[in-house]
Amino acid sequence: MTIKKTLSHLDWLEAEAIHILREVAGQCSNPVLLFSGGKDSLCIVRLAEKAFRPGRFPFPLMHIDTGHNYKEVLEFRDRRVKDMGERLIVRSLEDSMERGTIVLKHPDEPRNKHQSVTLLEAIEEHGFDCCIGGARRDEEKARAKERIMSFRDEFGQWDPKNQRPELWNLYNARSHKGENIRAFPISNWTEMDVWQYIEREKLELPSIYYSHERDVIIRNGDIIPANVELANGEVINKPKSGEEIVKKQVRFRTVGDITCTAPVYSDADTTSKIVVETATTTITERGATRLDDQTSEASMELRKKEGYF
Amino acid sequence: MSNNMQNPALKETALLRFMTCGSVDDGKSTLIGRLLFDSKTILTDTLTNISNTSRKRGMETIDLSLLTDGLQAEREQGITIDVAYRYFTTGTRKYIIADAPGHEQYTRNMVTAASTANLAIILIDARKGVLTQTRRHSYLAHLVGIPHIVVAVNKMDLVDYNQEAYDKICADYMAFAEEIGLAGARDIQFIPMSALNGDMLVDRLDNMPWYKGDTMLELLEKAPVAHAEAEEDFRFPVQFVCRPHASSDAELHDFRGFMGRVESGEIAVGDAVTILPNGYESKVKAIQIGNEQIQSALTEQSVTLLLEDEIDTSRGDMIVKTNNLPETVKQIDAFVCWLSETPLSPARTYIVRHTARESKAKVAEIQYKVDVNTLEEQQTNDLKMNDIARVNFKLAQPLMVDSYKKNRATGAFIVIDESTNSTVGAGMIV
Ligand SMILES: Nc1nc2c(ncn2[C@@H]2O[C@H](COP(=O)(O)OP(=O)(O)O)[C@@H](O)[C@H]2O)c(=O)[nH]1
Repeated sequence: MTIKKTLSHLDWLEAEAIHILREVAGQCSNPVLLFSGGKDSLCIVRLAEKAFRPGRFPFPLMHIDTGHNYKEVLEFRDRRVKDMGERLIVRSLEDSMERGTIVLKHPDEPRNKHQSVTLLEAIEEHGFDCCIGGARRDEEKARAKERIMSFRDEFGQWDPKNQRPELWNLYNARSHKGENIRAFPISNWTEMDVWQYIEREKLELPSIYYSHERDVIIRNGDIIPANVELANGEVINKPKSGEEIVKKQVRFRTVGDITCTAPVYSDADTTSKIVVETATTTITERGATRLDDQTSEASMELRKKEGYF
Repeated sequence: MSNNMQNPALKETALLRFMTCGSVDDGKSTLIGRLLFDSKTILTDTLTNISNTSRKRGMETIDLSLLTDGLQAEREQGITIDVAYRYFTTGTRKYIIADAPGHEQYTRNMVTAASTANLAIILIDARKGVLTQTRRHSYLAHLVGIPHIVVAVNKMDLVDYNQEAYDKICADYMAFAEEIGLAGARDIQFIPMSALNGDMLVDRLDNMPWYKGDTMLELLEKAPVAHAEAEEDFRFPVQFVCRPHASSDAELHDFRGFMGRVESGEIAVGDAVTILPNGYESKVKAIQIGNEQIQSALTEQSVTLLLEDEIDTSRGDMIVKTNNLPETVKQIDAFVCWLSETPLSPARTYIVRHTARESKAKVAEIQYKVDVNTLEEQQTNDLKMNDIARVNFKLAQPLMVDSYKKNRATGAFIVIDESTNSTVGAGMIV
């Protein structure tokens, strides 16, 4: 039997993602790519370059800014957009708050869950029929059944009973006016694949993904980044009375809203070290308790994306 | 210092997609849970260079089915059960598992899961042997063209790891496989195991010294991945045409790139090609991924083709080698699995999506429907959810097709309901 040369797993995942991006471009009339400057969206932007260069992207980029993003990430986002020569739309939660469509219960309330309001307003404003996002099926058990082209009704709602079967690589991204498709080109990637791809493609990431010393507060076992200065100079996550600030060696696995993304302890200061760490950490502390940790870790990621997806 | 990419466990690996089929309680979740869990152990072992030969994988305290999700709960709530996708890597391979519930009503889920799989694990409870559902799963795996079948006889611990019991099940299965034409057409392997204890999954353990074949993991590691086994016809559906003509860059001014994925076969610079359905001929001038030039492209690679001649081509066209053309048809004869709660209506117009192309379509005839349990052909006038039938469609636009047996990419299509935009059918061209 002849065994032919086939694609490596990274090449295959890349080829699949490019195919999905091109289906979005071919089937949808007004798509948009959600771009935060985080690692998953940086992978997608690299994939879009491979899909559409030497042409321009057939869609703009859009970031829904909670107003609580790390300065390093926002700077990185803007630099990357400039390098690519693509168009970035930024819509912020604060605009929705001014309009009165978002009302916070108290100023410190985590803002992630409100992101969807601003996103839906932006979708309506621009008439987008598809949002390309970076969610992955391995992030959380409940996501294991998510489609690559996921259908949202007029209210932006995901109805598990109303999802379209997906067979072969024949995607159905059709929608009526007002409805919306969420397209997930890296659905089949794991966190490990993402890091391996970042390493292979030598992608630059915001610095806070790598191990660094940071002032933190340990609150109920969580690591809370302390006294974080926002782009506008405001300082958030101040210690409550009685809380102590300690210096720890940490890195972020996700870089969503500051108030709900905790870093992890890590010495990994290069992409290769993170690849090794990602491969091993999931198992070294094995056992039932670890399973619970994994769930909460996954739901942390999910919370980050809840607003979007 | 860190161990970095020199580490063999972290290199780029091959990718295998497989599916698991079994009835409720056959041990599917336990099997998947163990593969997910033990593979992480293996990866860690490789990374940390710990010898894993004598170490027993300690899973006693964990309910393995917890690693997959609570399908049970969904079942109780009567929620539609869908295909779930799960991932693991051993360092030598990445695996994507499509996990489809096995109950009769879920034919459509099984067909969905099977559509992207190159191998199917069919679980049989050693106490129960070959059942109606085993036949159904095997027929569907065959229909959807999965080339490698692993029949896993599970719960061997409950039959005292008895070889005769196992041999009898294998013989029963082969008899049936011959009946439905599965035996000659597909690669079938058998394995006795206990998903609960871990016998023959990742470790052999010592309860079944009479079994000399591969463990489940060895089978998976050796199984050919998609497109690895035979020469294929080159098929390149055009998804998107890149014409950045507004650019001030003189070199880009005439750039015309045809973007798509090599669905099958291979292509190299200089190859003579034909663009269908129009039939124009040209040669491949260049192949690119983004701005990078490559000399040839492999199956499943997403690339941009540049041709020597200026040819008007748009999304939905297909580039093929001039000496190897698919059929261009306005009628199709296909096996169709109906996916929607709304039955097929012969009076209505549907959309058929095939590769990157769409056509309006009407049913010309429903030849018969297949009872997936008895495999009997029955006369029928309508198709309901989970039905499988042989159907003729008339098309408004020509499609460039191969038979599904020959080519799973250009032989497959989906049926879309124009009014709801739902995907209502899955078709395989005869
Ligand atoms: N004795 C024994 N029990 C098993 C084996 N595999 C699974 N089971 C048990 O059978 C039951 C059903 O297994 P599960 O994996 O949930 O089945 P599923 O419905 O196919 O996902 C559970 O109680 C398992 O612990 C096995 O090899 N031997």
